[in-house]
Amino acid sequence: MSDSPLVWFALREGPLQGDALRERVAGPDAGCVVEFRGTVRGTARGVEVERLEYEAYPEMVEAELHKIAAEVAQAHPILRIAIEHSTGVVPVGGCSVHVAIASAHRAAGFAASVQLMDELKERVPIWKKEIDQAGGIWIGRGS
Amino acid sequence: MRVLLFAGLAEACGERSLEVEAVVTTVAELRAALESAHPQLPWQGVRIAVDQQYVPDSHALTGNEEVALIPPVSGG
Repeated sequence: MSDSPLVWFALREGPLQGDALRERVAGPDAGCVVEFRGTVRGTARGVEVERLEYEAYPEMVEAELHKIAAEVAQAHPILRIAIEHSTGVVPVGGCSVHVAIASAHRAAGFAASVQLMDELKERVPIWKKEIDQAGGIWIGRGS
Repeated sequence: MRVLLFAGLAEACGERSLEVEAVVTTVAELRAALESAHPQLPWQGVRIAVDQQYVPDSHALTGNEEVALIPPVSGG
């Protein structure tokens, strides 16, 4: 976990739950909180998925997310970002990534959440393995 | 020099890290030494991180850094 005025993040074992992220970024200066929750789909590449298994390089996840948050804040007038990502096993339907972004006005929050997720999927060293009946396969960038 | 492995690379190796015997002074030399010693590994799209940052192939190495091989990521 880490703290800075702009971004807070944590890796957690298993599926993500609760509303703590929204509470973490909300405040009297915020006119809105935009939240994104990524959930595990039951099918991928035409096959039935049983679960995902996530692996992370935690020290570099923190470094890369701080850079991304700084870039997002430069591009859009936002106030605070909080991010949680799962490690380990997340079953179908479970939440594997949760982002909350507070801003004075909604347009900045929507745009910032798109940029943040796009960059996270491109750069942050987290990997998912899709487990199906035949075994498992590590998924590459942008899936 | 010890190199950290993750995800598909770690699984293909059966190890969480690799020891590089060759003397290397840049990331390009490290990549060439690794690919030559372990041609069976899935090298496509692998980026190299030094001290938790992506670096270009021209980046100089002293041997005291934390070096990691980053296969194509898939967070989210």
